[in-house]
Amino acid sequence: MSAVLNTAISEDNPIYKSRRLKNRVLMGVSLAMLIYGLAWLAWILATLLWEGASALRPSILTQMTPPPGAKDGGLANAIWGSLMMVGAGTLIGTPVGVLAGTYLAEFGRGSWLASSTRFLNDMLLSAPSIIIGLFVYTVYVAQVRHFSGWAGALALALIVIPVVVRTTDDMLKLVPNSVREAAVALGCPLWKMVTMVCYRAARAGIMTGVLLAIARVSGETAPLLFTALNNQFFNSNMNAPMANLPVVIFQFAMSPYEDWQRLAWGGAALITAAVLLLNIVARFILSRSK
Amino acid sequence: MEGGFRVTQAGPMQQHLKTSRPASPPLPMNTATLPISQTQESVEARARPVPPAPRERAGNAFADILFTNLTRAAALLVFSLLAAIMLSLVAGSGMSIMKFGPAFLWNAEWDPVQQNFGALVPIFGTLVTAAIAMIIAVPVSFGIALFLTELSPKWLKRPLGTAIELLAAIPSIIYGMWGLFVFSPLFMEYVQPFMIKTFGAIPGVGLLFGGPPMGIGMFTAGLILSIMVIPFITAVMRDVFDLVPPMLKESAYGLGGTTWEVMYQVVLPYTKVGVVGGVMLGLGRALGETMAVTFVIGNAHQLSPSLFAPGNSIASALANEFTEAVGDLYSSALIELGLILFLITIVVLAFSKLMLSRLARQEGARS
Amino acid sequence: MNTVAEPIAASSPTGALPSKLMVNDLNFYYGGFHALRNVSLAIPEKCVTAFIGPSGCGKSTLLRTFNRMFELYPEQRAEGEIMMNGENLLTTKRDVGLLRAQVGMVFQKPTPFPMSIYDNIAFGIKLFESLNRSEMEDRVEWALSKAALWNEVKDKLKQSGNGLSGGQQQRLCIARAIAIKPQVLLMDEPCSALDPISTGYIEELITELKKDYTVVIVTHNMQQAARASDFTAYMYLGELIEFGKTDDIFVQPKKKQTEDYITGRFG
Repeated sequence: MSAVLNTAISEDNPIYKSRRLKNRVLMGVSLAMLIYGLAWLAWILATLLWEGASALRPSILTQMTPPPGAKDGGLANAIWGSLMMVGAGTLIGTPVGVLAGTYLAEFGRGSWLASSTRFLNDMLLSAPSIIIGLFVYTVYVAQVRHFSGWAGALALALIVIPVVVRTTDDMLKLVPNSVREAAVALGCPLWKMVTMVCYRAARAGIMTGVLLAIARVSGETAPLLFTALNNQFFNSNMNAPMANLPVVIFQFAMSPYEDWQRLAWGGAALITAAVLLLNIVARFILSRSK
Repeated sequence: MEGGFRVTQAGPMQQHLKTSRPASPPLPMNTATLPISQTQESVEARARPVPPAPRERAGNAFADILFTNLTRAAALLVFSLLAAIMLSLVAGSGMSIMKFGPAFLWNAEWDPVQQNFGALVPIFGTLVTAAIAMIIAVPVSFGIALFLTELSPKWLKRPLGTAIELLAAIPSIIYGMWGLFVFSPLFMEYVQPFMIKTFGAIPGVGLLFGGPPMGIGMFTAGLILSIMVIPFITAVMRDVFDLVPPMLKESAYGLGGTTWEVMYQVVLPYTKVGVVGGVMLGLGRALGETMAVTFVIGNAHQLSPSLFAPGNSIASALANEFTEAVGDLYSSALIELGLILFLITIVVLAFSKLMLSRLARQEGARS
Repeated sequence: MNTVAEPIAASSPTGALPSKLMVNDLNFYYGGFHALRNVSLAIPEKCVTAFIGPSGCGKSTLLRTFNRMFELYPEQRAEGEIMMNGENLLTTKRDVGLLRAQVGMVFQKPTPFPMSIYDNIAFGIKLFESLNRSEMEDRVEWALSKAALWNEVKDKLKQSGNGLSGGQQQRLCIARAIAIKPQVLLMDEPCSALDPISTGYIEELITELKKDYTVVIVTHNMQQAARASDFTAYMYLGELIEFGKTDDIFVQPKKKQTEDYITGRFG
């Protein structure tokens, strides 16, 4: 068989034509998939804007959650409770996460503890958050026999930890070895090298991780359902059940009362705005550091 | 759900490739005692760091030990967390396990009054909604990943990618509310009757689409779940597609292949380990999702062949009933449900992680 | 579609040989960087033409304009003429997929597809021809024989291409490229990732292939160019410095720059 000119390679080749058509159609489908995904996003955000707009009055920040049927009311106690628990959860979870991530990146290289922790941590990252709530219930709430803000904060901390471990690990691994060696060559002890040199170098990334963890737990409902429960009134005592935005939204939305549902939308808009804002800030910090 | 940052299971692999740090031995503890050369110029000598005094050196050594052990303790804590969760769930479900035994898994009854509990309905709901979610989400994610990798103009890639990742940032409860109040009524009014009429008429398959249009139900829950997992699968797919050596794609284009053929016949098989890992990750998320499902699944302890029927998932059963469960057996049964869910998701997530680690090792060996 | 031989002036280095590709005033840009400057040359038909030059001189860039591979990357663009069969490849309305099937390419590193050896070869064929089972098997055998690989793989056609050695994989890629019977075969440093023995096989193969195809090979190995090619183009910093018969270039280069490179005065 000699290499005769291949007449099959021509525009009239029916195989070629059908392939080309198929490619065109499928590329169109690919674009359609993108639009499909973005359409849902746009619809959900538009809904929040629309429904939340009517509920977002200043009173939402100043008044407490009302009993059903009351004409006004706000979400002040829920907002406050969320702030306290998210804050406490972040304060508990971040140091643990950063330290564990430091171990994985700096000291544990090659050790079985590091590689297994990394593996297990990544699984925790995607584990159902309701199970976390169940866990805190069985080991803490059931033992002390009452719901509390601390329980809720603990559950949130357990969600913060895997996120922070992961980002700290990733970001510290990005710090070039030459920086470490330079510090050590100057006589720097190990702990200073890590805390003053590596942390500073990875600062933006670690902060981004923390912000994203906060964004994530701000919207979490399931872990608070059986830990912090809820509270009709304003409460600063972390040892008692605490009102929080997600559970209040859940309760109000599922109720038949219109005013409650309106407030639920307002709360939903608030949470989403906070979460998106945190995401944007986190990305901004990360891109600025590059 | 995750924040919008691409903290995917592909993350460590990427970083591993970028940094690929050489395996250097642990730094010795006494690096603080480098001597100064005595023949330096005085100016330079003043600018050089002075080695710390012996007491300070000892203090540093102690601080080093303290610090490293502190980090080790934190790592141990994280390490044991998964096991601790498992143990607590087993302990909590002890009563239910002893009362019902393995029959718990296929008992379709859920009767708080008679204290007869069975997991079949919630397990069924969990698996069916997750399956619907995956059937929809996997092709959609592939389409989006294909677009972002091959078709999108460079300046659009970042914003579009960010927009898709925002889907992951929206809290689950928002999906639930939107699903119940906005999507379901429209779905019930305009789409469901059409689907019941056309698909319901097909013999056999039609059973899946039977029943009155209610808006909510397992199909709706599955559909909303699919939207929630799209960003995760897409992110992993994009990461692994970016790892394909350009020369391989050029070889396929070079023979006259179209974009679809290059992606489907060359890139996808090349990245299949990573793609499977990403799909498993999405599945793990779909199985454990609570609030979105709770709002729209209908919360009915019933088994039905129709996808449009209301049902229950493990997570939604827990969310709805746990705080009101009266009696230790009821609570224990619910905790056993949680244990089952935990086991299923852990297996799926472990599989996902194994796939992605294998990919990382392959890439490391290749480069 | 006919092969139109472009007439050449008798004074050109390729003499009266018909050219397959005529490059006229080709300029190439990577973003703002001017990578190829006013390159003009005629690639003669059914001969082996080598592009040599130091790193970064543009030889691979020039090669990749012939099958418009650069179009996969938005920042890269080419201006000028590349005439083949009477049309300008850069501006033709015909689908680029057709062009690429007529101008085959082999890369620096072997790139077997993640499929069996048989399917690797069949991939390109199926794009344009629908052959029945035995016709396809014949074609696969033909392509692998042409690439001097048939005897080594005939019993393991269903195995993955990745199981072969580097030299075998590269011959697989060559077989894959010629299976669709292109008119031109571009080879971008095909032996750079291979051991000397495999390199020898492939150089022998190139000498065989030129009977049927116009071969253009980029190489950083001057001895390889001297051994395997009929014509050589020396490039430097994006410009074509000298082009002529390989023997002439290596024995009596006309330009001092060429001489400096060939004698190793710089790398």
